[in-house]
Amino acid sequence: MLQLKPDRLGLNDFQQQNVSVCGKSFVADMSGALFWPAEKALIVADLHLEKGSSFAKGGQFLPPYDTRETLSQLAGVIDRFGAETVIALGDSFHDSAAAERMNDKDLNALRTMQEACEWIWVVGNHDPDISERLGGYVVSKISVGGITLRHEPEGAWTTHEIAGHLHPAAKISRDGFKLRRPCFIGNGLRLILPAFGSYTGGLNVLDEAFDPLFGGEGFAIWMLGQEGLYPIATRLLRED
Amino acid sequence: MAKDNNPAGKPGKRTAKVKARGPGSRSTGCGGGTNGLLPAKFADWFQSRGWQPRAHQIALLERVKSRDPTLLIAPTGAGKTLAGFLPSLVELSGRQKTDVQGAGQGAGLHTLYISPLKALSVDVARNLGAPIREMGLKIACETRTGDTPVGRRSRQRVKPPQILLTTPEQVALLLAHPDASFLFADVRTVILDELHAISGSKRGDLLSLDLARLRSLAPDLITIGLSATVARPSELRAYLVGQDEPDLQVAMADVVFAQGGAKPEISILEVDEPAPWSGHSARYAMQGVYEAIDRHNLTLIFVNTRMQAELTFQELWRINDKDLRIALHHGSLDINQRRKVEAAMAKGALDGVVATSTLDLGIDWGDVDLVIHVGAPKGSSRLLQRIGRSNHRLDEPSRALLVPGNRFEVLECQAALEAAHAGVQDVALSRSGGLDVLAQHVLGMACQAPFNPDQMFHEVRSASPYAFVDRKTFDRVTEFVSTGGYALKAYERYAKLRPTEDGRLRIANAKVAQGYRMNAGTIVDTPMIKVRLVGRRGKAGAAQGRTVGPAAARSLGGRAEKPLVGGRVLGEVDEGFIEQLTPGQAFVFAGETLRFEGLKQTEAFVSRAVASDPIVPSYVGGKFPLSTHLAKRVRAMLQDPEAWQQLPLPVGEWLGLQEAYSTLPGANEVLVETFPKAQRFHLVAYPFEGRLAHQTLGMLLTRRLERAEAMPMGFVANDYGLSIWGRRDMGEMIEDGRIRLDRLFEVDMLGDDLEAWLTESILMKRTFRHCAVISGLIERRHPGKEKSGRQVTMSTDLLYDVLMKHDPGHILLEAARADAATGLLDIGRLGDFLGRIRGAICYRRLSRVSPLSVPILLEIGREIVGQQGREGLLRDAALDLIGEAMGEGPAGNK
Repeated sequence: MLQLKPDRLGLNDFQQQNVSVCGKSFVADMSGALFWPAEKALIVADLHLEKGSSFAKGGQFLPPYDTRETLSQLAGVIDRFGAETVIALGDSFHDSAAAERMNDKDLNALRTMQEACEWIWVVGNHDPDISERLGGYVVSKISVGGITLRHEPEGAWTTHEIAGHLHPAAKISRDGFKLRRPCFIGNGLRLILPAFGSYTGGLNVLDEAFDPLFGGEGFAIWMLGQEGLYPIATRLLRED
Repeated sequence: MAKDNNPAGKPGKRTAKVKARGPGSRSTGCGGGTNGLLPAKFADWFQSRGWQPRAHQIALLERVKSRDPTLLIAPTGAGKTLAGFLPSLVELSGRQKTDVQGAGQGAGLHTLYISPLKALSVDVARNLGAPIREMGLKIACETRTGDTPVGRRSRQRVKPPQILLTTPEQVALLLAHPDASFLFADVRTVILDELHAISGSKRGDLLSLDLARLRSLAPDLITIGLSATVARPSELRAYLVGQDEPDLQVAMADVVFAQGGAKPEISILEVDEPAPWSGHSARYAMQGVYEAIDRHNLTLIFVNTRMQAELTFQELWRINDKDLRIALHHGSLDINQRRKVEAAMAKGALDGVVATSTLDLGIDWGDVDLVIHVGAPKGSSRLLQRIGRSNHRLDEPSRALLVPGNRFEVLECQAALEAAHAGVQDVALSRSGGLDVLAQHVLGMACQAPFNPDQMFHEVRSASPYAFVDRKTFDRVTEFVSTGGYALKAYERYAKLRPTEDGRLRIANAKVAQGYRMNAGTIVDTPMIKVRLVGRRGKAGAAQGRTVGPAAARSLGGRAEKPLVGGRVLGEVDEGFIEQLTPGQAFVFAGETLRFEGLKQTEAFVSRAVASDPIVPSYVGGKFPLSTHLAKRVRAMLQDPEAWQQLPLPVGEWLGLQEAYSTLPGANEVLVETFPKAQRFHLVAYPFEGRLAHQTLGMLLTRRLERAEAMPMGFVANDYGLSIWGRRDMGEMIEDGRIRLDRLFEVDMLGDDLEAWLTESILMKRTFRHCAVISGLIERRHPGKEKSGRQVTMSTDLLYDVLMKHDPGHILLEAARADAATGLLDIGRLGDFLGRIRGAICYRRLSRVSPLSVPILLEIGREIVGQQGREGLLRDAALDLIGEAMGEGPAGNK
């Protein structure tokens, strides 16, 4: 039986949402991070550190504060959940030279977090090689308690999987207003996390890239707000 | 470098020479005599045409001869353009005997003509051809626009014509080229046409900087500004000359006023049908409009937006039983289609043209004898300029008809009419030049040649919009151009500007110049989407047949499952409009009813359709906010029942109803009403301060009502007032003191509340996007180069948020704030309003909708309420799902 409804129906309390994947319980957070209480692990996808500075070579000087912003957000969530392990689900660095561009202050912020938590880098298509200098374990994927954590979601009917890569976002329209936000998307058997990085855009969940993942049998989404995480009926979804 | 103190207070050389003259002191005194300024060849030519040189044409010859920069203010049809060119033609005709190539060491470019519209340059070149040909002058005169072939453009840089007609953007690009100092060295005269339409905008800022550079390259040049009647000529006069000592005094060009023509004959079109409650289309009056077109030779029907143009055109064709030749002209239409209409007008092959502001600027085609203005003109200057279109002989009065679109517009038309009769002009506020524009300019100048920052600073300050820029700000702009100007020095090694040994700044490499050329210009449009007509293969193949007008529009048979076949492009429409459509919906565009088939990449596919109620793309209200002056007249009229007698009967009755049921505000009061409607509670205020000010006020009031726990949900604003609705009865809250109206409208909301709201405002982010594009922070989207699929373009909203948090003093945020304060939000006007109504709030608690509020409530274009509103939207949607899950069914209406 697919789990399409939110597990908890607390009215007006949208701080976090309980989400299950193949019977395991997780807490989805409005920051875009996923906490696994049983493992005391925090899972985040697609940090894209140093994305801003990657444009400088081409002559575009975007504000170089995205790394700082992303890391301070991350530190806040780790703190809030008391996580002991952090698993970054790939594309943590925007390109292979990203780590070299990071400034000392940001590197120190990363090290401070790594001193407090076990740190696991899952590699992604943007960061296939992660230097040892950056600390933590580097893995191509990892299985924990029967759940596989990898960067890019596998094809149709894959279950027991948590992934990132797609940067899911949802657009809804209501009372003539439109709203587009990053979101979690899942069907109870697999879950895809929104991108956690501050300069990351989103791909509409109605895009065909999502079609094969849920076999046309429906999915549930949770949209990120500033004050909460909101389960939204899929009939409200709009294309871009 | 800049001399801050000049103890002698001696005026600069140029300033001393260019003494300001009062209106009319010499401008009208020249009479018939030409004082020997006009060579025989020219005098003969005038005579052969049966013309007399006009006084202002002679006056300009005189000013140019004494090398005085001059502003010519003349109504349309006064021979303004010829007046501007005459001095150059005379000078060049005298020169050709001795030296054909030119005088100096430069390329021989003598006169540079700059107009805001490509089409205008092309048109002027055509008109200029006649005197040159007929007098047998050997003067080369060419245009240069974005459409000029590449070959000719590069030839023009090396071997330019004596007279070059072009646009501000092209001038900027030419100035950024290494050849610029050679190309412009001999320029004697720069003619700025339709100056009133350029100055005061970002394009005007850029052009002012380019003028400053031109003055450096060709120190002897003088400027001639051509302008329609404006409220404050002094701003344009200062624009035309270099400000050598901005700290001490404002230098000004000379001014010549052309004699005004006869007073215009303006009236409101009278029809039997009453004006409707809302809308701008004036559909009710179309029969009357049609009959007026029939009675005249050539009628121009002006509307305020492109979509009103569509609707009006559609309506006129629907009732066109006499087969009058009526055409459509607006900026979204394909260029070829527009050219065809223009040519037909010139040939006298048309009876009427429905147009928007694309026909506003100085293009004189055909023998227009009537101007009809559909919708409210929004400002009296605008009205006068448009009416000027119908007036070819100055001594005959212009004829114009106003057609109000709704009841409020009746009031506004009446006020505009009274103002036009009194000859009153709206006052445009002065603004200082945009820092984003300055950044673009600095990069462009570095592309031309390495520059000395001290000299560049001095040059920049000589442009009047930048006269008060301080050195620190200038240096921050330079730093921004070089490395992004961040507190965090991340981009030093990619710096675009690098110092040379002698302290100048040069560009780092050729790629920088290439980047500049791709991103130059100040026009940042909302993305436009091409509208392509498609047909269905198969028996519906007939749909691909050509059609002439909407009369020929027809539906497509057998539409289902047939593949789409691409056809021609009809024009472009705002991305935002297409977003509102779902496939299958009908809408009006390019004078035809179309069915939206779907979006394919950057094109909207449409087919012809017949629908009784097509959607007209909605632009949020009119584009132009109601002018302060007109608003005041409207308020005065409301208060004066005798004035109502001037108004059509239903409008008078409507005001009477409002008087009886609620009240009408006094001329210096603001009326506030509260009432319940459809399980929501409304608070309506009528400041009459224009849409922008009302939008800002709406945002701010909503914040305050949120804090008072009135749970506001949204608001609408139009030119006359605004309505905020929410879940709590605000009437009751006012009654029991939980909301205090005087506190609600307290002027201090422009302080903290404004600051807080601006930070998260959608408008602010939009402003920031403009600044980011113009300053070169992000690259322009070039058609055909859009990234596809998953590669998302960097959203400026994200950049804005991060910058606000980590570098709130960044120069681009400063530029965006300045823009927001002057233009987008109309804060100045809001401040005046809040000050004026202190202690003058007139409040009525009603049990139902008031007559006066109806047009506001019917207005489309709602703006979502700040952060809270967005959060509320998500919360509502989520509660819906939860309700469903608990078995309550979809909670569509609450």
